[in-house]
Amino acid sequence: MTQPLVAPAADTGADVAPPVRRRGRWIPYLLLLPGLLWLAIFFVLPMLTVASTSLQEGSLAQGYELTWRLANYTEAAQRYAAQFSRAFLFAAASTVLALVVSYPLAYFIAFKAGRWRNLLLLLVIAPFFTSFLIRTLAWKIILSDSGWVVGTFQTLGLLPEQGRLLATSVAVIAGLTYNFLPFMTLPLYASLEKIDRSLIEAATDLYASPFTAFWKVTWPLSLPGVVAGTLLTFIPAAGDFVNVRFLGTPSQSMIGNVIESRFLVVLDYPTAAALSFTLMLAILLLVGLYVRRAGTETIV
Amino acid sequence: MSRRLWRGVTRNLVGFYAALALLYLFLPVFVVIVFSFNDNVGRFNFTWQGFTLDSWLNPCGVAGLCQAMIRSIQIAIVSTIVATALGTMVAFALVRHRFRGRAMTNLLIFLPMASPEVVLGSAMLALFLNVGVRTGFLTILLGHIMFNISYVVVTVKARLLGMDSRLEEAAMDLYADEWQTFRRVTLPLVTPGVVAAALLAFALSFDDFIITLFNSGNTTTFPLFVYGAAQRGIPPQINVMGTALFAVAFVVLLVGQVTRRFRRS
Repeated sequence: MTQPLVAPAADTGADVAPPVRRRGRWIPYLLLLPGLLWLAIFFVLPMLTVASTSLQEGSLAQGYELTWRLANYTEAAQRYAAQFSRAFLFAAASTVLALVVSYPLAYFIAFKAGRWRNLLLLLVIAPFFTSFLIRTLAWKIILSDSGWVVGTFQTLGLLPEQGRLLATSVAVIAGLTYNFLPFMTLPLYASLEKIDRSLIEAATDLYASPFTAFWKVTWPLSLPGVVAGTLLTFIPAAGDFVNVRFLGTPSQSMIGNVIESRFLVVLDYPTAAALSFTLMLAILLLVGLYVRRAGTETIV
Repeated sequence: MSRRLWRGVTRNLVGFYAALALLYLFLPVFVVIVFSFNDNVGRFNFTWQGFTLDSWLNPCGVAGLCQAMIRSIQIAIVSTIVATALGTMVAFALVRHRFRGRAMTNLLIFLPMASPEVVLGSAMLALFLNVGVRTGFLTILLGHIMFNISYVVVTVKARLLGMDSRLEEAAMDLYADEWQTFRRVTLPLVTPGVVAAALLAFALSFDDFIITLFNSGNTTTFPLFVYGAAQRGIPPQINVMGTALFAVAFVVLLVGQVTRRFRRS
C-alpha cells in the first residue's frame, strides 16, 4: 500500500513549479494515508460489498451467489414502498418541527442571552448526554396512557377520551424531533452568531420594521445554518429505527426497521442490502438537490 | 412608542419561548433522574411506586450492566485516541498543504457523515460476513473509529482555518525551524480544537447504538444493554447510569467553559 504514496510525489515533479523543499511534498500524503486508508477499508469497501450483496441470489441455507439479480431492487421497492415513504415523511416532519423549536432558541442565545450565552449553550447540549436509548425510553414514560401529557390533552379536548399518544405516528415524530434537536440548534446558533449586528441596525435605521429586518436580513443570513441543521436532522431521522421500536408499533415501521430486521433477524441479506443501498442513494440525491436549491436561494 | 412596545414584546416573547424550549429539552432528563429513585417492583420501570435509594447504592446490582459500561468506556477511549490521531493528520493535510486529490479527500470525509447509521452499520456487517470476520469487540471498535474520523477532521479543520497563520510565519522569520514552530506555536494553538474533537468522538462512540448493534456479535456495550433491557425489563439502575452520565458530561463541559474563561481573563 505504499504505492499511492510514492506515485503522486514522483510523477508531479515535472508539471508543477519547482518546490522550495522536495522533502516537504511527501508530507500531505503521509498525513492523509492512515485516515483515508481507514475510510477506504471500512467505508468504501463495505459500500461496494453492499452493492454486490444486493445483486445476489440464493438462500441462507445454500448460500448467496452474485447473479446480478436486479429484481432484488424492484421487489424491495414494491414491497417496502410504504416504509420508505413513511421514513421520509416522518423525517421531514420532525426536521420541520426541530427547526420551529430550535430557531427561536438559537436566536435567543445568539442575540439576547448576553453573558449567559455559553451557559445556555451548555444547557442545550447537556440533555443529550443521558444516552440516546435512555431518553427515548423516558419519552415512553412521558407519553404513556396514564401520563399527565395524555391527561392534559384529553382535558383540553385535543385527544378523545380513549385516545392515546404512545404507539402512534405522533409519538414517533415527537421522539425523532427530540432526539436530533442539538444537530439543528448548534448549526443555527453558529450561523446566527456570526451575523454582523450593524446590518440589522442599518435595516431598522432605514425604517424597516423589526419583522422586515428579520425577514430581509437575519433570516437570509442564517440560511447556511438552516441548511446544515436540516440536513443533520433529516439524515439520521430518515434512517432511524429506535423511535419506532420504543414509541411506535410495527404499523408505523420505517425503512430503518426493515433493514434492521432483514439483516439481523430474517438474515435475508440481498433484500437488506438492496434496501440499504437504495436508502443511501435516495438520501444522497435529496441532499444534492436540496443543497443546490438552497445554494442558489442564498445567492439570490 | 409602539415600536418600543413591540420590541419589549418580542424580547420577552423570544425569551419566554426559549425558556419553554429548554424546559422541553430537560423534560426527559427529569424523568430519567426521578425514576432512578423509583422503588420499582415490576419488570419495567415505567410507573412511579415510591422513593428509594436502593438502585443508587447498588448500581452494579443488575447482571452485566457494569461490564457493559466498562466495555463501552474501553471502546470509546481507544476509538477516540485512534480517530483523533488519524483525523487530526487529515485536517492538517487539508488546511496546511497543497496536494492532488483534495476533492476526493473531502468527499471521502463527507460521505460517512451524510450516510444514515443504519446504512453504515449494515454495510460493515455485509463486509464482515463476506470476508468471514466474526463480529465482536474488535469490529465495534473498527466501526467507531471509521465514523469518528470524519467528525474529528471537520472539528480540527474548523479550528485550523480560524487560526492566524501569520503567527507561524512570525516564528519562522525568527529562525525557528519547522519542528520548533509546530511544537511551540501551532500545537498550543490547535490543541483546543483537538480536545473538542476528542470529546465529541468520545461522546459519539460511547452513545453509539445503531452501528454497534450491527457489528457487535455477542459483545454487549452499554447502549446494547439498554436495548436488551427495553425488551426484557428495565431496572432503575439504567436510570442511575443515565443520570450519572448526564452529571459527568455536565461537569466536564462546565469545567471546560470555566477554564476557558479563566484563561482568557
